[in-house]
Amino acid sequence: MNPADSVSTESFYKAKGRYGGIFSWILSTDHKRIGLMYLTAILTFFFIGVALGVLMRINLISPGRFISERAYNSLFTIHGVIQIFLFIIPGIPASFGNFFLPILIGAKDVAFPRINLMSWWLYVTGGILIILSIFIGGGAPDTGWTFYAPYSIRTTANISLALFGVILLGFSSIFTGLNFITTIHRLRAPGMKMFRMPLFCWSLYATAWTQVLATPVLAITLMLLILERFFAIGFFEPNLGGDPIMFEHMFWIYSHPAVYIMILPAMGIVTEIFPVFAKRTIFGYKAIAFSSLGIAFFGYLVWGHHMFTSGMSDTSRIIFSLITFLVAVPTGVKVFNWIATLYKGSIQLDSPLIFSLTFIFLFSIAGLTGLMIGTLSLNLYLHGTYFIVGHFHYTMFGGAGFGFFAGLHYWFPKMFGRMYHEKTAKVSWFIMFVGFNVLYFSMFILGMQGMPRRYFQYLPRFHTNHVISTVGSWILAVGLILMFGNFIRALFKGEKAPMNPWGGKTLEWQIPSPPPEGNFETIPVIDRGPYNYD
Amino acid sequence: MSEPKEIAVRHRVDYTGAKMGMWIFLFTEVLFFGGLFLLYSVFRSKYTLAFHDSAKELDIFLGTANTVILLTSSMMMALSILFVRKGEKASSILCQGITIFLGLVFLCNKYIEWSAHIRHGIYPDSPLLLQMSRGKIIFFSLYYVMTGLHGLHVLIGVCVISGTLLFTARGKIYRDDFVKLENTGLYWHFVDIVWIYLFPLFYLIT
Repeated sequence: MNPADSVSTESFYKAKGRYGGIFSWILSTDHKRIGLMYLTAILTFFFIGVALGVLMRINLISPGRFISERAYNSLFTIHGVIQIFLFIIPGIPASFGNFFLPILIGAKDVAFPRINLMSWWLYVTGGILIILSIFIGGGAPDTGWTFYAPYSIRTTANISLALFGVILLGFSSIFTGLNFITTIHRLRAPGMKMFRMPLFCWSLYATAWTQVLATPVLAITLMLLILERFFAIGFFEPNLGGDPIMFEHMFWIYSHPAVYIMILPAMGIVTEIFPVFAKRTIFGYKAIAFSSLGIAFFGYLVWGHHMFTSGMSDTSRIIFSLITFLVAVPTGVKVFNWIATLYKGSIQLDSPLIFSLTFIFLFSIAGLTGLMIGTLSLNLYLHGTYFIVGHFHYTMFGGAGFGFFAGLHYWFPKMFGRMYHEKTAKVSWFIMFVGFNVLYFSMFILGMQGMPRRYFQYLPRFHTNHVISTVGSWILAVGLILMFGNFIRALFKGEKAPMNPWGGKTLEWQIPSPPPEGNFETIPVIDRGPYNYD
Repeated sequence: MSEPKEIAVRHRVDYTGAKMGMWIFLFTEVLFFGGLFLLYSVFRSKYTLAFHDSAKELDIFLGTANTVILLTSSMMMALSILFVRKGEKASSILCQGITIFLGLVFLCNKYIEWSAHIRHGIYPDSPLLLQMSRGKIIFFSLYYVMTGLHGLHVLIGVCVISGTLLFTARGKIYRDDFVKLENTGLYWHFVDIVWIYLFPLFYLIT
């Protein structure tokens, strides 16, 4: 394994393709270009989502003064739809996964490059349709991102277009998953056994199966909702003999596994980062690999815990609650292995590691509050309050979001061939960390006090915490702007990145930054595990 | 763009990869229809009698005919792959042609069935259906959605097989490279199997 000879090759940015200009990107089947196109689109939608979130918080310091009731309903709906379907779900697999999966397993591209490009087009079309649904038709969707029936059937807002957009995103997600599974099985370099793959690949593998096996259920459910709105087929409409609870079941049969589509790749990223910044082999390689599969498996069987108050027999509630607790086991296995990896390591406290440690901290709070609301007795009290909102944002933003930022800091030099300013990265981390906890921890307290989620107006006793939370959102926004300002500055003015700035042992660090078009001049032959520090 | 071309060449020979992709796609299709079968089972246990009565209104003769037609078309599809493997291009084209023809006949029958129901005033949200029992409303909604979605799959299949037929005629699908045809065959058999479940669930439960 000595790919260092291939330094002379030109970066993929300069490769001459069949098309010129913008077409060399939007018609490219190169996994690296597609990964970067995803990254651009995903971050654009992320910032739209953030802006909507900040607007919601602004309403909540003085309800009705800036924003109408109807607009508020649309804000939390579109905020949720964008951040979940357009940012968190495709966030890591479609951008970093596309860019790095083939490189990490020593391949030149994914198994189906053209299907990969089609996925991106489906993603962008879906995203544009969702944004369009805000402006045309009967008004922006106002159902909440869960589209619960029967309100979603009866509202005059423009639900159908948004639903169609989400269905397209679903297909994009399915095709990405299909591509990754086949890539991992078929295109590993010689000697790259399954258990020699970097663990990010294992997490993508588990994610891909979840994408493939859960997303179709969402597609059919939302398609039925569209038919319901146009033809009154009645499956989810009680007046016609249907059952709205069936919608909840079918929605969560997808949407709970989707939570693991969001978090598993982030876990994969921090698993890559810990060995590199502790200069130690990962502790418990197989345990981490299997825990990814374990989380994906148990993730299928717990959807009912979203519906403890919707009407369900005690037996099924107890079973769902029990399996929910079981998910904590593989998750705990991961956390202990990460910490054991750091033990006695020579720690290099750079921004990727700081973000990864933050991931563990915030995700632990998220996981432990998750156990609380997985408990039946507490759930009945906390269901539908801000406690859920707080828990959800700790998992998704504190977990998946900070994992995404960790990956961005870790792989930025490789993707763009430039170094960002390390000190600014640390300052932006600090501001975001403070802002995040102020914003979302106050939601836990609000929830305990009984503040219901999605309410436009509230009792005066909740006012103080709402103001604190809103101030947190501003701090967080400042941190985000600083972090991305740092990246944008680095794109133009950053120092040239060396081939291996962090001393990583995985394959992406053995090729130039940015990588050449075919990734490897000669396909590497692998004879050892991925984190070979000892 | 020499690199991607090389990749394409390498992939064309990766039969296992192409078939693996197709099988995974078929898993997603199973789950896609699975959502509807789930709804069917819930509503059938809720409205057992209404389902039983409503099924009598479906034309069992046309349903049986369609089952025979689809099964035969599946056999033709399998034969066309067999002929390509043997290098008998003309026979393979003929078999694919018959498959397309049978697919179209299936759709015609479906059209006849649906238009008869619609003429009788039975379709989702029709004034007549809204006066009937809730179980009946749900039965016919399920009938239209499930056979409709299946019909859509048949239509897509017919289009794809037309494509493979062209490829076979032009020599792009031949003895050493027929994975496209094989994957199309897998898809067609899947469509067939879905019908094998739909037929008893709607026509034979009286």
